[in-house]
Amino acid sequence: MSATDAATQAPPAPTRRRAASVIWRKLFGRRVVLVGALMLAIVAVAALFAPWLTPYDPTALRILDRLQSPRGAHWFGTDELGRDVFSRVIFGARYSLMIGALVVAISVTCGALLGLAAGYFRKLDGPIMRVVDALMSFPDILLAIALVAVLGASMTNVIIALSIVYTPRVARVVRASTLVVRELLFIEAAQALGVSTWRILLLHILPNIASPILVQATFIFAYAVLAEAGLSFLGVGVPPALPTWGTMIASGQQFAHQAIWLVVFPGFAIILSALSLQMVGDGLRDLLDPKLRKTL
Amino acid sequence: MAIVMLIVATLVFFITRLAPGDPAAVMLGEQATAADIATLRASYGLDKPLPVQFAYWLGELARGNLGQSIFLQRPVTQALAERAEPTFFLTLFALGIAMLIGVPLGIVAAVWRGRWVDQAFSGFAMLGASVPSFWLGLILMQIFAVGLGWFPVAGYGDPGVPLADRLRHLVLPAIVLGVVNSALILRFTRASMLDVLGEDHIRTARAKGVTERRVVLHHALRNALIPVVTVLGLTFALLIGGAIVTETVFGLPGIGNLVVSAVLRRDYPVIQGALLVIAGLYVLINLLIDLLYLAIDPRVKY
Repeated sequence: MSATDAATQAPPAPTRRRAASVIWRKLFGRRVVLVGALMLAIVAVAALFAPWLTPYDPTALRILDRLQSPRGAHWFGTDELGRDVFSRVIFGARYSLMIGALVVAISVTCGALLGLAAGYFRKLDGPIMRVVDALMSFPDILLAIALVAVLGASMTNVIIALSIVYTPRVARVVRASTLVVRELLFIEAAQALGVSTWRILLLHILPNIASPILVQATFIFAYAVLAEAGLSFLGVGVPPALPTWGTMIASGQQFAHQAIWLVVFPGFAIILSALSLQMVGDGLRDLLDPKLRKTL
Repeated sequence: MAIVMLIVATLVFFITRLAPGDPAAVMLGEQATAADIATLRASYGLDKPLPVQFAYWLGELARGNLGQSIFLQRPVTQALAERAEPTFFLTLFALGIAMLIGVPLGIVAAVWRGRWVDQAFSGFAMLGASVPSFWLGLILMQIFAVGLGWFPVAGYGDPGVPLADRLRHLVLPAIVLGVVNSALILRFTRASMLDVLGEDHIRTARAKGVTERRVVLHHALRNALIPVVTVLGLTFALLIGGAIVTETVFGLPGIGNLVVSAVLRRDYPVIQGALLVIAGLYVLINLLIDLLYLAIDPRVKY
């Protein structure tokens, strides 16, 4: 683990900055990461600046213009109520990415705390990990469906359900890394100096296991975007009134035989965001993998 | 494993108790009268304290009783058994397709590591993991079933028609599910193959003048496929999850379809039963894979 070596030796600031710039260059020097990051930037810009990018109000009904195929005025066509599909796909980025980001934030926080506790305190390891194993023996989408069924279909509950689904993944990764780091000399030194347990966990262990967490977070973001779309498609997710990509495909499917664009474009948006996140995640993993580090 | 299953059962029991309010009232919906709710509470033992309910439920579970479906008016085990056939064949075919795509492509990608084939196949794997299966299902259905008429659009034949006719309905869904899930197997095969190709015995074989074809297919592949077995357990979970969505797209009357309709009808005993059976299968399959691993790799000892 060269990350921990770096921490124990505490290199002077300029070296660290140079190392950071080397990592930055290496990361974006990889074509796959660069392309992924660009695609992700496009989706993020679309989400942030949706009101300025869209030619129409995503909820404005124009019954006379219903089910128009993609053409000059409506790049992605119009839906069964005459709403502009392009505007809806752009606004959909807001909801889909917001749900994904919140799921990542919650599951990474909870998963990191559980994983740190399981990895650091021997007595908690067994109980926590058995529950994690049990939660991971449900297929993701099935557990999410069941949780939403119980909690009720709403955007908040979809976020809660998906966070419960992905927390065990983070916990497992964090526990495995914590087990390695806690045996290192600098932790023993901190313990001997009487540093409080919280400080050891959050300031000494957590920064050293940040890279696997970061990689896991990008993948969970991608899975959460896909899972939200799946739940909404099944009618057990976000209410149909909100234009997420999943609800758009769900309401478009009954018109698919005459207006395939209702299904195609929201699907492309899902693929674009999931693919870009996985490309960035893959690149990060390769870069941060200790086995590959020596080649940098 | 027994402990994990016990925790699974406990989780399943308490997940349904997470619902805000009275489960009986939630199950019966808004039109229910107070008397209806009281009757249901009594018949499900919901008027008893939670630990008593839990003990009773576990006892029934141990006897293989998953309870009674509220909407279908029959035991949950029977409802699950009736719907098992399409789901079983769908996951089986999809697994076959995923392996037929994933394993050879993974080998080729590893052998030509870094070349354009490797990049193309690795790109395909990443794309496969990013495509929602329900979306691909809808698109392929429009092209091959609605447009070209090669396959039935949706549904599954009656139990009366020959099995082959029923299975014809599964071709398109199985392709969708198989293609989407081949990504994991491809990546895993590639990584495993790369590990093995870097080992000493491969260099020895090459040094002895063994042909490259024989090195790859005989010396490397057999060793590389051992770790790939472990990924089948994970693939099973993905396939069952994917089956839930794919069955809904193609109107297949399988377990996934049962679960989704149970959710929409708030038929909690069915949801509980399906969760338990699927998680149980997952745990069992992983145990079998561990045992299989022991059998095929003499180096592994538990």
